[in-house]
Amino acid sequence: MTSAVDVAQRRAVAEVAPRAATIRRERRRRAKRVAWNVVGLTVFVVLVFPVFWMISTSFKPDTEISSFPPTWLSGEPTLEHFRDAIARPYFWEVVKNSLIVVGAVVALSMVVAFLAAVALAKYRFTGNKLFVVLVIGILMLPQAGLVIPLYVVLARYGLTNELMGLVLTHLVILLPFAVWTLRGFILGIPKELEEAAMVDGSSRLGAFTRILLPLVAPGLVATSVFVFITSWNEYIFANVILTDQANQTLTVWLSYFYGTSRATDWGGLMAASTLTAIPVVIFFLLVQRKIAFGLTAGAVKA
Amino acid sequence: MTVAAEATAHRSRRRPRRFRRALQASVPYLLILPVIVVITAILGYPLYKLVALSFQQYGLPELIQRKGEWIGFDNYVSVLRDDVFWDTLLRTVVFTAANVVLTIVLGTLIAFLLVRVSGWVRVLLTAGLVLVWSMPAVVAVQVWYWMTNFQNGILNHVLTQLHIGDYGQHDWYATTFSKLAMVTLLIVWGAIPFVTITVYAGLAQVPRELIEAAEIDGAGPLRVFRDVTFPVLKPIFLILTSLSIIWDFGVFTQPYLLIGSSHVDASNYLMGVYVFIEGYAHSDFGRGAAISLLMLLMVAVMSVFYVRRMVKMGDVR
Repeated sequence: MTSAVDVAQRRAVAEVAPRAATIRRERRRRAKRVAWNVVGLTVFVVLVFPVFWMISTSFKPDTEISSFPPTWLSGEPTLEHFRDAIARPYFWEVVKNSLIVVGAVVALSMVVAFLAAVALAKYRFTGNKLFVVLVIGILMLPQAGLVIPLYVVLARYGLTNELMGLVLTHLVILLPFAVWTLRGFILGIPKELEEAAMVDGSSRLGAFTRILLPLVAPGLVATSVFVFITSWNEYIFANVILTDQANQTLTVWLSYFYGTSRATDWGGLMAASTLTAIPVVIFFLLVQRKIAFGLTAGAVKA
Repeated sequence: MTVAAEATAHRSRRRPRRFRRALQASVPYLLILPVIVVITAILGYPLYKLVALSFQQYGLPELIQRKGEWIGFDNYVSVLRDDVFWDTLLRTVVFTAANVVLTIVLGTLIAFLLVRVSGWVRVLLTAGLVLVWSMPAVVAVQVWYWMTNFQNGILNHVLTQLHIGDYGQHDWYATTFSKLAMVTLLIVWGAIPFVTITVYAGLAQVPRELIEAAEIDGAGPLRVFRDVTFPVLKPIFLILTSLSIIWDFGVFTQPYLLIGSSHVDASNYLMGVYVFIEGYAHSDFGRGAAISLLMLLMVAVMSVFYVRRMVKMGDVR
């Protein structure tokens, strides 16, 4: 026969036991989380290291760059390499060229692509499927395969070594992307808004300019920034079409930084790399969230 | 009122309506017209030219005279009989496979990692991914070249410090394999963020209750992935894989610049570099056009799946 005390004791144990188990489980879960965090931070360090190393090197004096063992961060950071990079021949010319090309490409492509995107998003018409196939098909063409035909045709019309030739080339490789992305943004606007405006007596054009345009403006900005970045980064056509050093764009200038001998001024090269990347990184951070899902549209409901 | 006047009045009442309807039907075509014009002029004509060139002897003299000599299928015969073409194709296929598998597997693993870490680590890691994603290819190549430099590249130093071996003065660009391995490392590094962020977004679509139910039923993490998570993510994986295949197969900037324009040759060609050197750099535009066309056809075949998928999804409104 069990005494009352015994029963009480047993009950207490029965109550404590699960609590101890929860605490143990909680503790195990926390340990697991800490372990995952350590893995996560390691991955972060490995991924970001090249970017860190570029910036770190660009601020180091030459003695530190070639020192062994290397220093992670400079004790005496210097702007010397940035001054050198900027003072290199043609730097300001190529920056100007890049800006002209990018500006023209953004302006032209946004106007032309927006019209087509409206057609795709707002109208059903015979041949719209064919048009979509055309747009996405071009988006997939490897640029290396297009170098010869574009070069030969541009050469025939005297457009090689002209910024105009590069603008046209960028236009044709970026239009499909711009059309497709803008179409997604326009589709994202509820039809009812426009219909409501038309019921209230607005014309189709009125509804378009007063309702659709303001709503799609962020999408237009995001797309144009992405066009900006791609055109700024583009290498193969810029390298082929613009032959004179003074006519090149920033990426081509950067690729010739070390010449062919590869006796390299690492500090200068990293400073120039940092300068080339800065505008891209800033703009990319601004719009990444909006644009990332254009190419996987439908598969990911972002 | 005369009959004629009546008829005119009638017509003038009818005409605007019919005119308006015709105008309305033509609106979408007018809207896509500029894109069609630009693409036809700047891409359509060159593509036609590409086909024509591939049947011609067309080098620098012909470029200056603007007239090639018709030689039938000679360019194609020359390319298809060339071992360099087949070696390059095989190398590119293996290279593409390695790059795609590494990118997708590592990208997916990091996406799963993102789910498991604490909030602040997730924010940090996401920021890092976006930073890597935003690096221009040409810039990334320069940084890579500096890090893997044999004299005072940081990679050799770190590997030696970690006691993985003595890597002092190790030349990462000595053999074809190690050259291409460096290119792979660079491409995978740059491509992981897109995969990770897309897969992570997809993971949010996997119903939590389903995973919990499976776990209660005793399914381990692998089982949960196979039977619950993967089916939801499958369309995303299909699209990411086909995009990666298309991109990696035609890659140019990274191998051309990292291996170095003076060091790329038949022993380390990838398709993109091969077509560029043989056609453009050697100024043999006719033969280059034949290679380009073959390459474009291969990519077109690979793109069929992706394009069909996008058109189908574009149809759902």
